[in-house]
Amino acid sequence: MKITVNGTAHLVDVEDDMPLLWVLRDELKIKGPKYGCGMALCRACTVHIDGEAVPSCSIPVKQAENRNITTIEGLGTPVAHHIVQQAWIEQQVAQCGYCQSGQIMTAAAFLEKNPRPTDAEIDEAMSPNLCRCGTYSRIRAAVKSAAAKMAER
Amino acid sequence: MNSSTETEAQKPASKSKLRTFGRRAFLVGSIAVAGGVAFGYYVVRKPHDNPLLDDLGADEATFNPWVKISPTTITLITPHVDLGQGVASMQAALIAEELDLELGQFTTASGKPSPAYYNTAMANDTVPFRSTDHGFEAEAMRGVMGAAVKVMGMQSTGGSSSTADSFDKLRAAGAVARETLKQAASNRTQIPVARLRTAAGAVILPNGSKIPYTDLAKEAAKIPAVTQVTLRPPSQWRLIGKPMERLDIVAKSTGTQIYGIDVDFEDMLYAAVKVSPRIGAGLVRYDASAAKQMRGVKRILDIPNGVAVIADNTWRAFQAANAIIFEWAASKAPEQAEHWKEVGRSFTEERLDKEWRNDGDVAQAMKQEKIVSAEYRAPYVAHQPLEPLNAVIRVTGDRVDIWTSHQAPGVAQQKIAEVTGLPVEGVRLHNQYAGGSFGHRLEFDYIILAAEIGRQMKNKTIKLTFSREEDFVHDYPRQISMARPRGSVKNGRVESYDLPIAAVSAARSYTKRLGMPVPGPDLMLAAGAWDMPYNIPNFRVTAYAVPEIVPTSSWRSVGASTSGFFADAFLDELIHAAGADPMAERLRLVNDISARRVLEAVAKMSKWGSALGPNRGRGVAMVTAFGVPVAEVIEVLATPEGVKIEKVYVAAEVGRIVDPVNFENHVQGAVVWGLGHAMNCEITYSNGQIQQENYHAHEAMRLHQCPEIIVQGLENGGEIKGIGEPPVPPAAPALANAIFAATGKRIREMPFNKHIAFV
Ligand code: FES
Ligand code: FES
Repeated sequence: MKITVNGTAHLVDVEDDMPLLWVLRDELKIKGPKYGCGMALCRACTVHIDGEAVPSCSIPVKQAENRNITTIEGLGTPVAHHIVQQAWIEQQVAQCGYCQSGQIMTAAAFLEKNPRPTDAEIDEAMSPNLCRCGTYSRIRAAVKSAAAKMAER
Repeated sequence: MNSSTETEAQKPASKSKLRTFGRRAFLVGSIAVAGGVAFGYYVVRKPHDNPLLDDLGADEATFNPWVKISPTTITLITPHVDLGQGVASMQAALIAEELDLELGQFTTASGKPSPAYYNTAMANDTVPFRSTDHGFEAEAMRGVMGAAVKVMGMQSTGGSSSTADSFDKLRAAGAVARETLKQAASNRTQIPVARLRTAAGAVILPNGSKIPYTDLAKEAAKIPAVTQVTLRPPSQWRLIGKPMERLDIVAKSTGTQIYGIDVDFEDMLYAAVKVSPRIGAGLVRYDASAAKQMRGVKRILDIPNGVAVIADNTWRAFQAANAIIFEWAASKAPEQAEHWKEVGRSFTEERLDKEWRNDGDVAQAMKQEKIVSAEYRAPYVAHQPLEPLNAVIRVTGDRVDIWTSHQAPGVAQQKIAEVTGLPVEGVRLHNQYAGGSFGHRLEFDYIILAAEIGRQMKNKTIKLTFSREEDFVHDYPRQISMARPRGSVKNGRVESYDLPIAAVSAARSYTKRLGMPVPGPDLMLAAGAWDMPYNIPNFRVTAYAVPEIVPTSSWRSVGASTSGFFADAFLDELIHAAGADPMAERLRLVNDISARRVLEAVAKMSKWGSALGPNRGRGVAMVTAFGVPVAEVIEVLATPEGVKIEKVYVAAEVGRIVDPVNFENHVQGAVVWGLGHAMNCEITYSNGQIQQENYHAHEAMRLHQCPEIIVQGLENGGEIKGIGEPPVPPAAPALANAIFAATGKRIREMPFNKHIAFV
């Protein structure tokens, strides 16, 4: 089966029902998306499929075939940050950082659709992503500052 | 336990040529171990070996276990494992401060497990003196424990001890390296040391020209380290106390940080395990015939009390493990309701662990007619950091390599040696960044299982990943605990307070698993309660030890997370019974200057006493844990759908703050942790098995429930203290007290959502 991740097409020989997360991590060695719960409860595994933020642990790879998959590696790089990543760096959001790939991917897809969110909309959009370290105050601040920058674009 | 008191001079010279130069290792003991009069002190004053000497290149220099300079690179060793607290950055900044390095001029490494990286600060809180007590006896006892920890070589991370352990030690390490490099430059140029300066990774000559440290490595390696150093006064600090960009922040914002779970090798295989989920009950039989046929499955291994599946992909290993049909033996562990009964039965003379304080005449006071009394409960809760437990292992010949994250790597190596039957010297633990811990990575099950898999799969590299469900059911939760406080009031004041607490001992459970039980009462049973800094005329705190029902473990803030809740929330009840103001009465009673300062600070921050509006309430709580008093004021709004936590004001006295941004982030995180678990988490047992298997059943706080958290750190000098845990304990009582203020409902049991809804 052929899947396209961050603009690159890959041929993978896996079961149709293998979750996208494990194709990315163990077959393609793309480690940005993280395993946290395997049940769409924590969203550490969030990637974009055609711009939509989805929990890759709960998406059978077959459903992602012929669609554009973006992982955090495709959003920006350590030298060329995405606006959302830049905000995450400026606000120094991360503690352990394990949830943050997912947080950033959720925020990026959300702000793409809703660049001028209210506080309540931010809370709603970001609540599916669990952070055991409790960085929520900074996540809110980073989403707001990214929104402000995206509005300037 | 590794134990090494061998000195440099005793080492065989053949191992490394550099050793023959007789470089004196840095005498850290004189700085870090307080109370030098303690028995046995001279033994530990001999420094541990510098582990960096083991694989030092011919042109590299090391001055102590924390600094290594090669012709190209400066490496700073940050031995406290980074579990998310930013301690790697903090440790590097302390060295760089004195060594005159700019951030970006060095790399960091975790260093291999070594007695040289012992943690003295952790021992400070294992002796039963108030952490704020600096009396002679207390200092001497800390010295004994510090000495013991050094002899055991406990390079551990926990008890919010990393900053305290590092503060003097690492600055001194930087200063020693700096002065030795200056000496090397002086030898080369014949310019006296007094006329040399250092800045930005170079020695600067009087004429302004620079010799980079990396250029001096070879010469510096040949001279004895300069050990007479003076640390710089705070007024000269460039890095400490200023916001700094965490060294890992870019990696953690771009998905490029490598955690243990991301470690990868060519031809690596993947393992999943299923171990009996029932406490103390093994595996009777299993049927893996279906699993064996599944795609990608390489081997099914028998392991103690369970089975490991080796496959070519983590998911395939998980799927195959789930396809195995198991018959587990029955567990003798009682049903949850029985646990509570057992705790309730423990307020007896026979189970008395220690009467921690008894001021005035409590017995007499309790004979009065009007006594306020209550029962408080705190359940088991799970650690469950977001990165599940994992380890990559490879056993070849008599060598074991393991890539994992562990809070006590030296002990982990010992365990691996035991399981594999190989000498501990052959075990290399490569400590990795962790996706959180909260006490979870103090345990050894995943290390032992990985070692067992490695033993059976020699010459293969295997990554063991726990499924979230496996991780949950094998979590060793926080202690279960109960209090039956009583008290009385008189003339609008709190007059007597009797606080008996019964809890299982997580510390005893852990040390028993480690095979090194510690005698004496468990300080943690009444932590955050017995040392409440209040002058209550009749005041007694008694701890009762409940015999172990199921194994438990240290959970972020340990004993104070439960006892601090009981102690402060019931004090609030007494204050209300007296008709006094919760803030004013605490301030009237408080007898410790730091505790007073944090209370005054939150009173000011929250504008205590100002009108809040209808359906709103304010609660205050103050708990001292690990020597750090933290006061919190919480404001809640009662809505028809439930309670909304709107604001939390926090003030903490930590002596000195290394990085204000990281400080604020961690205080906020600790408040979220304390609130989230108090609101909606508990672990319960049925058939000897934990019933909560994923986050839906143990959710803690999500973003929409997170209040605004306003933080103030007080820095009144003195000892430096860590902040990872102390803001946890006051969160629950401040919330309970605020809910009472807003609704008149007193909540005495965690999780609070058993009694009230939250929005
Ligand atoms: S791992 Fe996908 S939502 Fe948790
Ligand atoms: S930063 Fe650790 S889980 Fe979010």
